[in-house]
Amino acid sequence: MIEEKRNVLERFKSSGRFRGEGILAFALILPSLLVVGWIILYPILRTFWMSFFDIESPLPGSYPFVGLHNYFAAFKSSDFRMVTEHSLYFTFVSTFFELTLGILIALLLNSPLKFRGFWRSIVVIPWALPTIVNGALWKWIYNGNYGVLNELLHVFHLGGQGHNWLGSPFEALNMVIIADIWKNTSLVVFFILAGLQTIPSDLYEAAKVDGSTPIKSFWNITIPLLVPSIMVVVILRTIDAFKVFDIIYIMTKGGPASGTQTISFYTYQQTFSNEYFGYGSALAYLIVIFTLVIAWFYIKLLRQGTLEGVS
Amino acid sequence: MENEESITDRQVSRRAILGAGAAAGLVTMMPTEGYAAGFSKAANVKGTISALFMKQAGYSDTDVAKMTADFKKVYPNVTVKTEFVAYEALHDKIVTSALAHTYDVVLIDVIWPAEFGSKKMVVDITNRWPASWTNDMLGGAVATAVYNKHYYGIPWILDTKYFFYNTEHMAKAKVDEASLDTWDGVMKAASAIKKAGLVKYPLAWSWTQSESMLCDYMQLLGAFGGQFLDASGKPAFNKGGGVQALEFMRKSIVDGLTDPVSTATAAEDDVRKMFSAGQISMGLNWTYMWAMANDPKQSKVAGKMKVLQTPAGPGGKRPGINGSMALSMSSGTKNPEAAWAYMSFLTSQKEQNAVAMDSLPVWKSSYTDPVVVKTSPAVVAQAKKELNDMILRPQVTKYNAMSLVIQAEVSKALIGQKTPQKALDDAATKAAAVLNA
Repeated sequence: MIEEKRNVLERFKSSGRFRGEGILAFALILPSLLVVGWIILYPILRTFWMSFFDIESPLPGSYPFVGLHNYFAAFKSSDFRMVTEHSLYFTFVSTFFELTLGILIALLLNSPLKFRGFWRSIVVIPWALPTIVNGALWKWIYNGNYGVLNELLHVFHLGGQGHNWLGSPFEALNMVIIADIWKNTSLVVFFILAGLQTIPSDLYEAAKVDGSTPIKSFWNITIPLLVPSIMVVVILRTIDAFKVFDIIYIMTKGGPASGTQTISFYTYQQTFSNEYFGYGSALAYLIVIFTLVIAWFYIKLLRQGTLEGVS
Repeated sequence: MENEESITDRQVSRRAILGAGAAAGLVTMMPTEGYAAGFSKAANVKGTISALFMKQAGYSDTDVAKMTADFKKVYPNVTVKTEFVAYEALHDKIVTSALAHTYDVVLIDVIWPAEFGSKKMVVDITNRWPASWTNDMLGGAVATAVYNKHYYGIPWILDTKYFFYNTEHMAKAKVDEASLDTWDGVMKAASAIKKAGLVKYPLAWSWTQSESMLCDYMQLLGAFGGQFLDASGKPAFNKGGGVQALEFMRKSIVDGLTDPVSTATAAEDDVRKMFSAGQISMGLNWTYMWAMANDPKQSKVAGKMKVLQTPAGPGGKRPGINGSMALSMSSGTKNPEAAWAYMSFLTSQKEQNAVAMDSLPVWKSSYTDPVVVKTSPAVVAQAKKELNDMILRPQVTKYNAMSLVIQAEVSKALIGQKTPQKALDDAATKAAAVLNA
């Protein structure tokens, strides 16, 4: 039977019809290929090429080839080290809390709640808000003079009057992270909720019959089976958090004392404000490399976890 | 300021020799000289142009729309598309659109002619610049678009930071308003207001880590007799008046006279809002603050405020920061004549005088024009004094890169991470590296 099918396929492939269909298929995807190539591949390759030149203008011209100088300059720069540290801190802290809170909220929304559909739909609101709105919103919340946070703390007699939440570098970074967590936890909730709904209830029933407690079921059934969803969302959030730009631009503009400058914000400033296009291109590639390394690390970690779960 | 004067003077003599014939030809195109004279030529100017402006309270979208509508009456065959972005996005928008030639006319800040001019992103309009403009405009305005003795735009917004104060607070704290003539007097007044319990923090500033912070610092550096760059172009702000200015700024925070929100997120508009709410008693700001803070619809202190020339430092110096802006022609424009017509029309005295309430004109004679004076007598009186003495940020090609490293260090000093001297020494080292790179 299989042999017969193979013969039919071979005859079809050698016929002119197959070649004709192949050409048609290629012709159909050609417009998309051209568009994707032009707007995605070309800039990627062009940026890589630019990173080897000392380009200080957006206009075409003859610019000196500097080899890997832009990459070495980044590693030698104390500012680059500082912004990389800020980005790594931002990435790990925000992703950790988004994942933890996201799993807890998803578990809650997966349980038989009253008005479950309503709760599930309002969880989307923070994520649906544009980051620019979210940034402005939290900037007002944190304002030392008229911010809601100080007012709330005052009402509950917890102090905070006149405190400037964005006034010192490390505190400001953490406050921006909270704003980011508030917005992006929703995304984690969706992924985890979708993952939870694929776990068959029989498994929990069987575990219950075997005397498993809910906590044991959570660690031994839920978490191992959620690993694929967790892996996807963690990678997505890590990549997004590492290249965070807009919320910083709106809330702090990198200040005070450059305490909230992240690698993307720094890259933006170097490229467009200072017009160091060659250096900026090298920085953009370094961001890609860092992101790939972090993603690879996560995938490796979670794959190990998956295998342990299976064993 | 010395630098501004020398450029201007040299330009006058050069233009006087070379410019008479050219100016005679160009003058028919100048709406300043009368629309009727230029109208026959105006009909020959055709096409569509795009212009990029700043979204602001000075020349607002409405003001620009009105000016553009006036332009259309004189130049019926030119269509103008206008676009507005926040100041923070203006530079980068010009840079990112340069290659695509998106705009024919762009609004540039006083700190960008060197960068855009040297990179040929905006057109050198020296040949189009009539000699009379150099004399007819205020010196600070002329300097706005000059780099290396060439003109890269027509001055349009002439601005500096004035000192605003709440008269009610002064009266209640028994402060003699004459004492606000010096920064020392301002600090004593602030202490008296704080002591009287009228407000928690009498002062607020635009000290978020940005160019607005550097504007305030430069104005104070001038008052304390400091120098930004020395004669050889090396950083000199880490000596004398430059250090004293930053020490003064930090002390005002330590003494509890400056609202700490100033160093966190406050820019000019936050200062205006705090002042309008009666939350602070004094502050530096651009011209636009007068009209908004004195408007009862949006301010609690309307009718209870005054504006003064920026206070003097210990040596009596009191230059205002030059915060002017110019309209430039993008080097990629396909329609330079229409672009030039639009730029020169918007900057013409008649158009500027008509909206003087929002932004003061660049033309000297406007300040004695009863119509202009009537729009804002309080501000015009102070403007006459302050606009004659302005401090210019250095016209260097890498101004932005230099400014960013200085902003970071000044911010560290303001929040107490470093002493003012250490922060400025570090800033000077980094700024020198940028300038020498």
